[in-house]
Amino acid sequence: MKKISIDPITRLEGHGRIDIFLNDGGDVENVYFVIPELRGFEKFAEGRPVEEMARITPRICGVCPEAHHMAATKAADAVYHVDPPSAAKKLRELFYSFFFCSDHATHFYILGAPDFVMGPDAPVAERNILGIIHKVGLEIGGRVIQHLAENHEAIAMIGGKDIHPIAGIPGGWSAPINEEKRVRLEEIARNAVEFGQFSLKLFADVVLANEGYMEMVLSEAFAVPSYSMGLVDENNKVNFYDGHVRVVDLEGNEFVKYAPHEYQDVLAEKVVPYSYLKFPYLKKVGWKGLVGGQDSGVYRATPLSRLNVSDGMATPLAQAEYEKMYEAVTGDRSGSKPIHHTLVCHWARLVEMLYAAERAVELVTDPEIVSPNVRTFPSETPTEGVGIVEAPRGTLTHHYWTDEKGIVQKANLIVGTTNNYAPIAISLKQAAQAVIKKGVEITEGTLNRIEMAFRSYDPCFACATHTLPGKMPLEVRIHDADGEIVQVVQRNMG
Amino acid sequence: MSEKPKLKLALYWAASCGGCEIAVVEINEKLLDLDAVADILFWPVAVDAKYDDVRAMPDHHIDVCLFNGAIRTSEQEEIAHLLRCKSKVMVAFGSCACEGCIPGLANFYSRDGVFERAYLTTPTTDNPEKILPQTVTKVPEGEIDLPEFYNTVLTLDDVIPVEYYVPGCPPQPHQIWAVIEAIVTGNLPEPPAVVGAGNKTVCDVCRRTKGEKKVSKFYRPFEIEPDPDICLLEQGIVCMGPATRNGCAEDRALCVEVNMPCRGCYGPPPGVTDQGAKLVASLASVVDSNDPEEIERILSDILDPAGTFYRFSLSKSLLRRAKV
Repeated sequence: MKKISIDPITRLEGHGRIDIFLNDGGDVENVYFVIPELRGFEKFAEGRPVEEMARITPRICGVCPEAHHMAATKAADAVYHVDPPSAAKKLRELFYSFFFCSDHATHFYILGAPDFVMGPDAPVAERNILGIIHKVGLEIGGRVIQHLAENHEAIAMIGGKDIHPIAGIPGGWSAPINEEKRVRLEEIARNAVEFGQFSLKLFADVVLANEGYMEMVLSEAFAVPSYSMGLVDENNKVNFYDGHVRVVDLEGNEFVKYAPHEYQDVLAEKVVPYSYLKFPYLKKVGWKGLVGGQDSGVYRATPLSRLNVSDGMATPLAQAEYEKMYEAVTGDRSGSKPIHHTLVCHWARLVEMLYAAERAVELVTDPEIVSPNVRTFPSETPTEGVGIVEAPRGTLTHHYWTDEKGIVQKANLIVGTTNNYAPIAISLKQAAQAVIKKGVEITEGTLNRIEMAFRSYDPCFACATHTLPGKMPLEVRIHDADGEIVQVVQRNMG
Repeated sequence: MSEKPKLKLALYWAASCGGCEIAVVEINEKLLDLDAVADILFWPVAVDAKYDDVRAMPDHHIDVCLFNGAIRTSEQEEIAHLLRCKSKVMVAFGSCACEGCIPGLANFYSRDGVFERAYLTTPTTDNPEKILPQTVTKVPEGEIDLPEFYNTVLTLDDVIPVEYYVPGCPPQPHQIWAVIEAIVTGNLPEPPAVVGAGNKTVCDVCRRTKGEKKVSKFYRPFEIEPDPDICLLEQGIVCMGPATRNGCAEDRALCVEVNMPCRGCYGPPPGVTDQGAKLVASLASVVDSNDPEEIERILSDILDPAGTFYRFSLSKSLLRRAKV
């Protein structure tokens, strides 16, 4: 048997390695997706004051620190049994909307788009953000950079810092915003709506109009039928900041809808010896190994999954794009039939980015957003609490148990990317089986197609390995029929 | 070619969060300037090149390596040695590489403790067979290996020699650009040296008014609404400003601007080796009492002093790690 390794996996956040075993016939026998790292946040949370978790857990992931900041802040609200004032909730959601505008753009343009804009077989040295700028022109490149810069500015203005924000505290937000800041934030939000529309147009021109790409996007090799998970508001519309977690089955029927404190009834995590990451699954369906389908507890929590579980978007422009996407892929614009094609995730991400921008405009034009009343002082004895938000890469759950002083005794974290560990592993195996064939030369472009299956999840293994510190380059090792590593496939510099 | 050859850069992340990488991206439009003066040979988060590409390079092929992240696994240590060998100048980039940062808090516990919590006792873990990750796993098709997880979080200069240190969690983009300019123009100081930061303390640049510090009670940040213009420490909120190097913003300190205390991410100021010990000395001088018992009572309001005073620097501190 022959083993191929891709190591490190590039253009994703965190470390990773893909081991591919070939059989005597030269076809793919099995694929293992290995996360070689762990940091142990659940352990060293112990002994820390619970309000400090909002300042500690952002270091789980520097790409989505806002998500950990918010989940930890909401969990601390719950630990102290305190309800923040309405203005604080709006300010938090405004902050969080700018975060989605920025993070989804980072993924699409820096991590995902190189494959589509440059093409999966483009020279390695060009298949990156600088290559995109060279190809699409400085004007568009400049627009992307401006969008990112403005949204980082907005995040820092509300949250104190953009990477590793600090303003969330139990009961509210540490500082209100004034009218001067609000005016600038409104300008940024309106620019983000335009940028969201622009990005969807670019996607339509570059990807949807390209038959070759669409064939790949809609092929069975890039589809994993599984349950979908995501946070919804009281009308079952997509929400990133608050609500209930909804899970739908492969046909789109509601499987469960749960409040944050009920997550333990729904989820469990499987440990394997070959990776530092655990595999979460739906407890009531059960763990059947790395397979999709209605009888397997494997679920996905991605931008596409969020759209799959929802009845639509709460803002008009995003709703129109939502309908367009479902009509194009399933023929049903209502979105009641879920999409299982992994690469459609890129499209869903852009629909979400537009929603986040529209939502930011709504919030920043709400008169209450400049209210100085952003604190409720905790008065009850702290106990335990769960905070759930949508991270860009999936549902994020923080759970803390404290003593009567609010010192953490135990913590449990189930983070965005970890939700998707099993579906990513399944996607990789399918993609490998589709592109590696006996007698066909394995090129760097072949391996990149396998990685594309994986990048569409926007995996963040810095996040996933919170449980020990995480980074993720990737290697594909080819093992022969005796299990010996016969080839470590390399990418040559272009 | 009459043009000056482009600078050869590598960026790598070990045990860290990726925030350092994002901070590099946040030099924004200057990314294009960087592209004009430098070739990035290795940067896993954004550029497709693999470990073996680095192994194939001649020694000292890379001009400057910006290495972020602490060292927690055998793989990270191996890559640190590899990049050291291939690089003329090694930079410990960001708090994790410089002093362990938040991941270094794991040094309050052991590897076994971390594994037990992560793989056995977290409430959603389903692991009746008590499986733990193994460095080598036999699977039907062959073997899969994992790097060894160390008992202790190490800093970069614990494992290889380092020329420069860029502090911060993360290093702020304006500081990153200043460091890149210094590299490109050859204006780096004599190594070893801290670059991309100030030479004072956070208090020296903080815009809050400082008076006589006499604290009779300490508060947690959520317990009071602090006056927005007065020193937080004077108001009884433990702030790491006196024990922290300035540099997070050009003319101020970031966290205190939104009423939250500094937690020390830029590391100790010049001349200080142990950040926590420095803060203890500062706190002792602000307590409003001469009575040892009362002083002790007042200081006992401070919860988790070790985890607060050494929030970012436990790996580099005189404590290094807890004995567990």
